[in-house]
Amino acid sequence: MKVVLENLTKCFPSRNKKGTEVIAVNNFNFEIPDGKLIGLLGPSGCGKSTTLNLISGLETPTKGKIYFGDQDVTNLPPEERGVGLVFQNYALYPHMTVEENIIFPLQNLKGAQKMSKEAMHQKAVETAKLVQLDGLMERKPKELSGGQQQRVAIARALVKIPKVLLLDEPLSNLDARLRLQTREELRRIQRETGVTTIFVTHDQEEAMSISDLIIVMKDGVVHQIGKPQDVYDEPANLFVAQFLGTPQINVFHGEVKNEKLYIGEEDVLDVPGRKDMPVWVGIRPEGFIPDADAGRMTCQMDRVEVMGRDVSVVSTHPQMTGRSIRSIVSAENKFDPDQKTVRFNLKPYKVFLFDKESEERV
Amino acid sequence: MKKNNLKAWLYLLPAILFLGVFMVYPLIDVCFYSLEENYQSIAQTYTGVGLGNFGHVLSDPFFIQALKNTLILVAITVPVSTGISLLIALGLSSIKTLKKAFQTIYFLPYVTNTLAVGLVFMILFARTEYTDGLINALISSLGYDMVDFINGPYWAKMLVTCLYTVWIVMPFKILILTSALASVNQDYYKAAKVDGASSGRIFRKITLPMISPTVFYLVITGFIGAFKAYSDEVALFGVNLNEAGMNTIVGYVYDMLYSDKGGYPGYAAAAALILFAIVFTITYINLKFSRNKVQYM
Repeated sequence: MKVVLENLTKCFPSRNKKGTEVIAVNNFNFEIPDGKLIGLLGPSGCGKSTTLNLISGLETPTKGKIYFGDQDVTNLPPEERGVGLVFQNYALYPHMTVEENIIFPLQNLKGAQKMSKEAMHQKAVETAKLVQLDGLMERKPKELSGGQQQRVAIARALVKIPKVLLLDEPLSNLDARLRLQTREELRRIQRETGVTTIFVTHDQEEAMSISDLIIVMKDGVVHQIGKPQDVYDEPANLFVAQFLGTPQINVFHGEVKNEKLYIGEEDVLDVPGRKDMPVWVGIRPEGFIPDADAGRMTCQMDRVEVMGRDVSVVSTHPQMTGRSIRSIVSAENKFDPDQKTVRFNLKPYKVFLFDKESEERV
Repeated sequence: MKKNNLKAWLYLLPAILFLGVFMVYPLIDVCFYSLEENYQSIAQTYTGVGLGNFGHVLSDPFFIQALKNTLILVAITVPVSTGISLLIALGLSSIKTLKKAFQTIYFLPYVTNTLAVGLVFMILFARTEYTDGLINALISSLGYDMVDFINGPYWAKMLVTCLYTVWIVMPFKILILTSALASVNQDYYKAAKVDGASSGRIFRKITLPMISPTVFYLVITGFIGAFKAYSDEVALFGVNLNEAGMNTIVGYVYDMLYSDKGGYPGYAAAAALILFAIVFTITYINLKFSRNKVQYM
């Protein structure tokens, strides 16, 4: 089921004395294609969870419309939208067994959809198998590990075969190893069921690794929508460039003069066709090519961190905005531990220029 | 380690002394009293040891009346007060405006003196030669016959007693239940809502199990409290409860000790032990019954 958000806005009344209302979601317009896994990505407090609650129907929008397929669901209560929702803390009913938890949504069905006890049990067993919970049906939630609890929550959300599956920070309560494993699992379950799935996360790596499409937002505004690789390779603005990628992108004060990009005194890159202007220069860590003789950009060497296949060269530059510059280069490059400076050439497609004022890509 | 132990005992000493003298010793003593037949408190003599006191108490019509009154009171007021309190607590936790104001209003009876409340109830319900009282005025305006609730038929007196008891015990229950409801994670309700559960089902399947330990606590303490009823009846009907036919077991114990017809610590002790046996049994049954029903998270 495709999901369309049209001019979606949600304001919360202010809690402070000034009386200014808080705009959690500001004029969203986008279409989520059917059967895809979508990552809703942004820093804490950017309105991700509110967006999810709006889609689920737990919150009603101040303005705008939500469509599932062609159906306008804006004014439908959550139970009539056919959504499955997985909470950050899972919200499993602690007094019910795994099976009772999974069956709970089925028992709420009314009228023609009503199911017999056997049918419900059958369905629960099937769903449990899908999320690999078989054999744990009689346990209570507190007798399960974090990962298992989450799978129960997913099974409960899936058992009614929702049109849209929504997950709020699904991996944040798991430890690092389990998180990797669970995210693969999430991808597999989504592929097998083909349910349009939207998950919220503040972890860009998580979003990039499993999403078909990511939506980057900040302060209630959508900054960019696209395939993970496209968003990484072509960030729309400085925020998106900084938010995606580990280590973070290196940002410098720079200027375009005579079709050359200057950082400080050095012209580090030819930029044919660009008009003269001051810019923010973003350079991905993998965008540096060490060249001791002909490198056009000179940085002060700090240290070299060995990571095996790659090395991370940490250096400084007077025009940088962060505390240091990180560049990831192949370990085949040798560095003298005592050398004072390090010189690089830049890969043009890893260098992004942003307007100094608007921070938009130029 | 040893020194610390000494210190701990020292800290506990005041409480142990106090409880020992005024609780433990009397508790044991009551058992002896109950077995000493024809005990004379002035001469401190008794004629024999046996179950005669129990026999006398159990065949005393006043005790039977008191037992009956107490049982009716318990059977009606505990479920009714707990049920109504739960409804009010649910209402309170689902409103936003005036919540604080209502919470305060519902809590007022708790901080009001029992006897003062009794007096107000009496004025409301009594029918004297000077006035019919507010409740009777209401009844007659609806076209029914007036009833004297304080000096009239048994059922009317019992009705007032139950109303009074329910009213006086509700504030505490509302307070406890409201906080229990507030401590239930809202995500459960959101999840249930998304899962399409009706509000009735949410209440039965989620709210009630979540707050079941609190409800159970209130039922147990409610039973114990209702079995110990006495001052409420005095507030409504005066000290001569036997004459009013509204005595309770605790009232009977008091009468046997101190009233005009009193001076029989043996009977009082026997009645007190019978009360203890009843409360103990009921609490035990409650615990047994609730083991599968109460959800401790």
